[in-house]
Parts: sequence; structure tokens; C-alpha cells
Amino acid sequence: MEPINDLLAPETLPTKDGFFGEFGGSFIPPQLEAIMKEINEEYEKIRKDPAFIEELAYLNKHFTGRPSPIYHCKNLSRKMGGAQIYLKREDLNHTGAHKINHCLGEALLAKKMGKKKLIAETGAGQHGVALATAAALVGLECDIYMGSVDIAKEYPNVVRMKILGANVVSVDFGLKTLKEAVDAAFDAYLADPVTQFYAIGSVVGPHPFPMMVRDFQAIIGQEAREQFKAMTGELPNNLVACVGGGSNAIGLFSAFLQDEKVNIYGVEPAGSSLDYGNHAATLTLGTPGMLHGFKSYVLQDEEGNPAPVNTIASGLDYPGVGPQHSYLKEIERVNYTTINNDEAIEAFFEISRQEGIIPAIESAHAVGYAMKLAKELDKDQTILINLSGRGDKDIDYVINNYGKKYGIE
Amino acid sequence: MDNRIDVLFREKKENVLTIYFPAGFPELNDTLSILVELEKAGADVVEIGIPFSDPLADGETIEMASQKALQNGISLKLLFEQLKEMRKYVSIPVLLMGYLNPVYRYGIEQFCVDCKAVGIDGVILPDLPMREYRKNYQTIFHKNGLKNVPLITPQTPVERIEELDKEEHGFIYVVASSATTGAKSGISKEQEDYFARIKALQLKTPTQIGFGIADSASFNKACEFTSGAIIGSAFVKAIQNGGELAVNVKNFVEFVKVIK
Repeated sequence: MEPINDLLAPETLPTKDGFFGEFGGSFIPPQLEAIMKEINEEYEKIRKDPAFIEELAYLNKHFTGRPSPIYHCKNLSRKMGGAQIYLKREDLNHTGAHKINHCLGEALLAKKMGKKKLIAETGAGQHGVALATAAALVGLECDIYMGSVDIAKEYPNVVRMKILGANVVSVDFGLKTLKEAVDAAFDAYLADPVTQFYAIGSVVGPHPFPMMVRDFQAIIGQEAREQFKAMTGELPNNLVACVGGGSNAIGLFSAFLQDEKVNIYGVEPAGSSLDYGNHAATLTLGTPGMLHGFKSYVLQDEEGNPAPVNTIASGLDYPGVGPQHSYLKEIERVNYTTINNDEAIEAFFEISRQEGIIPAIESAHAVGYAMKLAKELDKDQTILINLSGRGDKDIDYVINNYGKKYGIE
Repeated sequence: MDNRIDVLFREKKENVLTIYFPAGFPELNDTLSILVELEKAGADVVEIGIPFSDPLADGETIEMASQKALQNGISLKLLFEQLKEMRKYVSIPVLLMGYLNPVYRYGIEQFCVDCKAVGIDGVILPDLPMREYRKNYQTIFHKNGLKNVPLITPQTPVERIEELDKEEHGFIYVVASSATTGAKSGISKEQEDYFARIKALQLKTPTQIGFGIADSASFNKACEFTSGAIIGSAFVKAIQNGGELAVNVKNFVEFVKVIK
């Protein structure tokens, strides 16, 4: 079997210091340097280790249920009247989203490094649930840091994590949401980086995380490339994926970056509007900066403090973005665009009612853009959407806020 | 003119007390008053923190103080405004300490020029890696007479420390533990061993220990191994609960500088 990221074109790898062009790298306090170096070295070993590759492949198949299928949305395509819309069904993975792909990889790495405990922060609880699942499987303790406001709001996910044996640590200072949870998890990590492994939840953070998480997610694109060719005889003309931190998007895009004829679209959340504080469209409206240990586009105020962000998709609610996306924007390989809350909700209902598939609100942003794009293209064109997660977690929110508009009392 | 940090350490080789506090805290316009009171009370060096909304390596005390300062309306631009006449009142070395992004956003060159203009002697940017500094920033720092104080930890290889010692950094910031600021006080046996290893290197650059120094016991212990020590969280706690600022500052410095 091939080492994990040797399947990717070498041009898409970062430099040895973790730079994609001018983005990425490692802008971290010295307390973290030794730890990141250790993780990087161990990952370099492990990704070439046949036993590790085999174990991950086995789990991907028998635990997660990979490969996830490709599905042709004939009804939705007909209704849009243009290009043919296909889905990469990451929503069918165990735990219901793509996050499990890198959580398994990180958990196996942590275990091989002799760590005792996985830790991470979570906002809505999706990354927390996927990590708690991987921890249970691999046999590691798991501490998930979560703001007490989010704990009250996302109770079902809190219960899931607890059933899986994770310890949910309530964070009770400041606004008691994601930002404070990141801080608390970070404090806990710095207090004991020897027995703990901080499992970053996206393609963000200092080197090697943007590369490593990308490598674990790249299986999405590698599968999709073969599946799509087998199904249609060609590569897709267009790829569409939602971008928050950008892990599902980079997972799909990675296998197609060298295929110049494939148009690639990353969809950011425009929230309620593109005014400051009302969205999380980092690549669309941000500027370069250093946040959370890496250089990338950042939504920030004049003083360099990260801006408040707002979208109905908590999984996209981040003022930064993975550094490789910043690079792909800079070299104009990927087009980054936006979909707002209302468009995402419309897509959420449209694909639910046309195809019988309820998407995560995050993924509904990608669907929303694909619907727009399909209308502009001929019927012989194809669009492949990464349907990164299922919508079960969002149904209460959608019904309470948008039910009436869509005829649900 | 010689850099004030160099001058100080030339004259004073031990028990150098450095105090950290965030700009614009507890009230927006307290920055200069605290600075003046610290010098009067006997602090040797002051580090003024540039507040940032996502201070990952800081503990709860400094993080909350930074939030308060930002709510008060502090900004880097306003900080330079507040420090404009600083050198009329203060003669001890003053450094700015903060996260890289606000400085990057302000513009590195402009930042250095403004530091020089108000009389700042050095800068501490913990998330600026040394190789980035040497590649992109060093020339600008030198042109403006600024020291870039590096941080070392128990994991920093000896060769790296010796390399730093050959450059002109003012002093080396010895991070006492790998935890965040203010996480715990008191010095463990393990930390003492680490400090002893640093002392045994006989560096020509002065060293100061920070993180976990909170009172006269930990300050005096740290000074057995290095030129001095840095106190942040404990000082912030001493000034955050109201009362007469000048009295709080004086009491705190006296409390730390208690004779062994």
C-alpha cells in the first residue's frame, strides 16, 4: 500500500516548514515548538508504516463504511434544468460526517506515540462526537472542552460524547462558547503535552496539522476520482464544497488540483449579510494574518483581533481558514464564493424534498451554490458536491427558525 | 545612545525585577501612571502587554485583563499615543510584549519606528519564530535600536541557546514551565534543575525567569539562578480590584522585594 500522502501530487505538499506559498508555517509560542516537532516526526514515520496504513484502511472500510458512494441527483438536476448534480456521500459515514476520517488517523497516531488522552474543543459538538468515537475505538481517554452555553444548546451531542465515555469539560469564563473552549483546551494541553494529544478538528493550526488532517481527508477525493470515472467515464467538470476551516473541501479538492479542466468552488458562509460580524466568509473578505499558530486569511478588525463571526452553520463559524485554501486562492486554482443563511436553508429543503437526503446545514451551503451553478450550465456538464454531513443534528434548529416558512407547523 | 536594557544589565547583574501588565488596564488611561509608579516603587524593567482577543498562551488572569483592556478601547495606536511622553517621566527599560498578529496588522516597520519614537527598548513576540525573525524582521529591529527578546523552554536544545547567546538580544526570557501564564506558583525541583542547567551554561546574555513567579519566595528562588525574574499574573491581580493604584503598585513591589 502507498504511504498516506504519496498519492497526492508533490506540488500540493507544503515545504518542510509547513508553508503553502506564504501561508501556513508555525507561529507558536516556544512551549509548543518541541511538541509540534515531535508530532511532525512521528507522523512522517507513521504515514509510511505499512502496519499503520493497513490498520487505517481496515477501519475506514469496516468501521466508517468507506468508500462512501457517489449519487446522481436526477430529480434535483432536472428541476434546476442545467448541469447534472452528483453527491459524494460523506454523510453516510459512521457518525454522520467526514470528521471521522481524520479523527481515526489522529487517534491512531496518538496511540502509537504512547499518549493516554485525546483532547479537543468543540462548538456544536460534531468534532467532539467524532473524536470521542475514535477514542472509544482506539482505547484512549478523551476530554472534550465545551463552553457551558454550548453545552446547554447542544445537549444531544453532549449526551453522545458521555455515552461514548468521553469527559465533557464545561468552560465557564468569558462568553462560555467556542473561543473560551479553545483557550481552555489549550491551557490544559500546555499543562501536560506529554500524556495528552491535542486533536485539532480541521486543516488549521501550526504545521503539521494542516497537512496531516488534509492527508487523512484526502481519501474523499481519491475515492471520488475513481468512482466518478467509473460511473460517467470522465472526471467531473466542477467540484463544490463548503469551507469553514476547510477540511472536507480540501479532502475532495486534493485529488483534482492537477486536473486543470476541473473547475473547483469553495463555498463560504455569508451568514445574514456580508457586513462585518454577520458572516464567516474568511477568504472572500479577510486579509492575511497569523491566528492560532499559522498564517492564513483572517477575518479581523483594524487592530488585528479576530472578528466576530456569525452563520447558522456552527461548523463553518471560524474567523480563519486552512492555509492551503489561502494558497489556492492566491494562485487562483480554486474559486471561493459565498452562500447566505437563507440560500442554505432553501437548499436544505430542496435536496431533502427532491432527493430524500437531509444535509447538514454546513453541506447545504455547497448544495445551494451547486444549484445556482447548475442553472448556468448545459445539461451535459457535471457538478460533484461533497455532501460532508447529514442534517439530523440541525433539524430542531431548522424547524424552530424556518419551519413555518416551509409549511411545517 | 546605548539600549537601556544593555545599560541596566551592565550595572545590575542580579535580582532584576521585571513587571508585566497589559496596556489600558484596569482603566484605559492607567498605562502611563502604572509605568511611573512601578519605577518609583523600584521595579527595574517593565513589559507592557499589547492586548489581543485570542491570547492562547496566557492563563485566565491575563486573558481576562486583556479582554477588559480591549473593552476599555485600547489599541496599539492608542498605546503609542499614551506612551508619547513616557521618556519625560520614566528612565527604566520598557518593552512591549504581545502576539504577532496585531503587530503584523499595524505594519512591522511602522511598529518599530513608533517604538523608537516613544522610547521603547525591546519587544517580546512569543509566537514569532526565531527563523522568521532573522529572515524578515531583524534588520528593521536593529535599525530602530530594538531588542528582540527570545524565549527558551526546558525543551530548547543547548545549541539553540548558545546561538541566541551570540546575538544581541538584551536578555533571554527563560520560560519556567510549559504551562500557560499564571497557571501555578512556586518552583518545583524539576524546574530548579532546569534553571541550574541554564546557569551552568554561563551565558553572556542576561537571563530572566518568567511564568509562575508570584511572590518574594519564588522571585528570590529564581534569582539564585538568573539575573532576575518576571512577574505578570500576580501583579495584574494586585491592581485589578480597585483601590489607589499608586498604593497597590507600591505594596506589590515591596511585597516581592522583601529582603531574604
